Amino acid sequence: MKRSITRLLMAPSVILLLIWMIVPLSMTIYFSTIRFNLLYPGQNNFVGWMNFEFFITDPGFMPAVLNTLILLISVLIITVVLGVALSALIDKPFFGQGIVRVLLISPFFIMPTVNALIWKNMMMNPVYGVFAWISQSLGLEPIDWLSDFPLMSVIIMVSWQWLPFAILVFVTALQSQDTEQKEAAQMDGANGWHIFRYLTIPHLARPIAVVVMIETIFLLAIFAEIFVSTGGGPGYDSTNLAYLIYNQALLQYDVGVASAGGLFAVILANIVAFFLIRAVGKNLTV
Amino acid sequence: MSYLTITELQKHYDSYHALRGINLSITEGEFVVFVGPSGCGKSTLLRTIAGLESSSEGSINLDNRDITELASSKRDLAMVFQSYALYPHMTVADNLSFALRLAKVPDSEIAEKVRSVSASLQLDPLLDRKPKELSGGQRQRVAIGRAIVRQPKVFLFDEPLSNLDAALRVQMRLELARLHKKLGTTMIYVTHDQVEAMTLADRVVILNAGQIEQVGTPLELYRQPNSRFVAEFIGTPKMNLIEVSDVTRQDEQLSLDIGVGKIAFPNERINGPVPGSIKLGIRPEHMHLVPEGGDISGKIELVEHLGSEAYTHIQLDNQQTIIVKAPARSNIQDGQLVQIKLDLDEVILFNESDRVISKLAEDVSHA
Amino acid sequence: MMTLNQQRKFKTFVTGAFAWLIALLLFFPIFWMFITSFKTELQAISVPPSLFFEPTLDNFGIVQERSDYLKHALNSVVTSFGSTLIALLIGVPAAYAMAFNPTKKTKDILLWMLSTKMLPAVGVLVPIYILSRDYGLLDSRTGLVIIFTLMNLPIIIWMLFSYFKDLPKEILEAARMDGASPWDEIVKVVLPLSIGGISSTALLSIILCWNEAFWSLNLTASEAAPLTAMIASYSSPEGLFWAKLSAASTLACAPIVIFGWFCQKQLVQGLTFGAVK
Repeated sequence: MKRSITRLLMAPSVILLLIWMIVPLSMTIYFSTIRFNLLYPGQNNFVGWMNFEFFITDPGFMPAVLNTLILLISVLIITVVLGVALSALIDKPFFGQGIVRVLLISPFFIMPTVNALIWKNMMMNPVYGVFAWISQSLGLEPIDWLSDFPLMSVIIMVSWQWLPFAILVFVTALQSQDTEQKEAAQMDGANGWHIFRYLTIPHLARPIAVVVMIETIFLLAIFAEIFVSTGGGPGYDSTNLAYLIYNQALLQYDVGVASAGGLFAVILANIVAFFLIRAVGKNLTV
Repeated sequence: MSYLTITELQKHYDSYHALRGINLSITEGEFVVFVGPSGCGKSTLLRTIAGLESSSEGSINLDNRDITELASSKRDLAMVFQSYALYPHMTVADNLSFALRLAKVPDSEIAEKVRSVSASLQLDPLLDRKPKELSGGQRQRVAIGRAIVRQPKVFLFDEPLSNLDAALRVQMRLELARLHKKLGTTMIYVTHDQVEAMTLADRVVILNAGQIEQVGTPLELYRQPNSRFVAEFIGTPKMNLIEVSDVTRQDEQLSLDIGVGKIAFPNERINGPVPGSIKLGIRPEHMHLVPEGGDISGKIELVEHLGSEAYTHIQLDNQQTIIVKAPARSNIQDGQLVQIKLDLDEVILFNESDRVISKLAEDVSHA
Repeated sequence: MMTLNQQRKFKTFVTGAFAWLIALLLFFPIFWMFITSFKTELQAISVPPSLFFEPTLDNFGIVQERSDYLKHALNSVVTSFGSTLIALLIGVPAAYAMAFNPTKKTKDILLWMLSTKMLPAVGVLVPIYILSRDYGLLDSRTGLVIIFTLMNLPIIIWMLFSYFKDLPKEILEAARMDGASPWDEIVKVVLPLSIGGISSTALLSIILCWNEAFWSLNLTASEAAPLTAMIASYSSPEGLFWAKLSAASTLACAPIVIFGWFCQKQLVQGLTFGAVK
């Protein structure tokens, strides 16, 4: 095939993605340097760094950054640790393995808005929720999860969603583990823990890195769960960066400040993406 | 008359010079085998003939037509791949007829051709199966059948037997030889296995580092290699090479001092002037263990019994190890001291750049 | 003392039981949602929760009446299937070209495509919102289809690329030797061989679109809102109607959960960009 045909076949994808990347991003950059409030049209003068200043000095900024990081790190730890343990558990054959796998994977396919609603209402409601009933049965005071532990509630919802993803990746990776290697270790006198610690964990190093990177990309942008369940509150207790920016743009109509915040998020994500692309690119053979 | 002519063929990959000026002509109906170590360019050469790789320079001419720039599909060649490359989504019958259907051959004719090919290759009971339901040998036969159906000008085989087990390989080798006899079509066959090369070929082309090292019939290559590379490549176990430490000229012959004895070599068998540094080559089958009166002596280090014969590894008095082929039931043991007699007529001499400088004994005596 | 065989059996039993326990716990919220959708509103909030009750199908009817489920479901179907189809049409040629005619730049192009996926949506929320508004694409299915297509294009190209690359090269060469033109090669050999790969790529893309929430929530209101956005309207505290909420959720999730069960494997490859196989 000729080189020109190759180019022709690739052109639509490349051009579309180029537009998709460049146009909105340069608009964001432009908006972030002007005064731009949808409520006061026509006053779009250049303001330099002022929007960034506003965004950073917003009372919600520090909580949002902290909440974003706490959410990210907690979910990462929960999903990776539990994911490795559970995938190692279901790797060996047992009765009904196929069904167990299907059950474990399912939460990943639940849409984020449904996820948040199920947990907010049927699980965590302080009066009628399943958790409240369990507390009462044990003679404890029911907890109002969303008001008292809003961020933790979001962490639980998001972890529930992403744990299956981690399990799915680790189970897939475990299937490629060399059984002869494990048998050799057994002959050498290794017990189950030794095999897990010295063979399985190192084998999972790369999948773990991939899971961490990909979850990070998605977790930095968690939005729907917060939108539906806590609405970022009480106060800024469960507001993350994505939600704060949304708040600025579509609730307070301040496009300039929201754009400045958006750029902040882009930079944050790019730092992560840099490492992810390096990790993935290394294993890419063309 | 030449049927397929390759002239000054060059192939460059980015930084790698895969074919360095190949010149070769093949006559119609010939069975030619390309052989050489891996990376020598034999597969690249075959794939360039097939048009699957483009050539950087040079030309390929088939049946009075320049095919250098032609697409593979228009070259009128058929190829059997190492992995068989059957179409996994088609039945055996569809695999066989794919090329004919593409060429818009009438259905009745296709049916007839598929029938005759499947009958000759015993594929009849398999026609409705998919490739994954076939054994290795059956897949191999389908791949060959797919090539035959098209009645191409030349068959190309790319290591077609290397995925089969040893017994099947021997059987398929025979079938291929029969097939060539029956069809009489030109065949080009790539392998790294010198036994396949020797048994199948009318002519063998030995490649090394992107160049043709030597072309000849199997026997010519065995008896008259023109370089150390060919001499060592053909023959199992490998030819023994012994360094000649000193050469003394006598009247009609040279006396070669090989450290553990002196070997006399007739002057007239030397091509050109005698170089300063000489290596002596002799095949394991051209040396014999004798009770006494041998040319050299040594100690048996190890005996490999093959049943039909025995390879004896012998350490000479100067510590060099050579291999001698001995009859199967020779009464020999490790550690035993032995005398070795050389078939002097079979000795070959190499100069310092590893080219052969000796002539065959019978050529000289006839002259 | 147990024999070695008994010990092994016991061990398998314990791990199996434990795995089942965890799986049931994780699945419980989904199970509960499903069960609740067949309860009356009163049963739904009864404490202790009722497990045995006479199931009713009323909720599903009410969901349709109250929030026009079918309209939103249709929106979800149109946007996810539509954008997947378009993305495939654009992506297949690109992936084919890169897999079968790789150049030195192919790897860079692929990584660049991946990098567009890393751009956080929130960073371009404002411009996309304004552009959609200016071009009349707010609350329109066309607008969502465009966004979804671009959003999933990199993943689709990556997955297809890895499928095409895994096709044995010799089979394509055999077709070429058999006289196949480039067109024959694609239609008679490449497509039939990669049909599995293409359909699982499509499946993954559909799942991702179906569950997409950020753009659906921000760019649609009532007309074009897909199921993710419709469900969100149930979060407003107008009282407790969990049975209906559950019915709506069940209707929204069931198709895609079942879809997902069938393509777990491909999902891993797609979402990890082939880094885990």
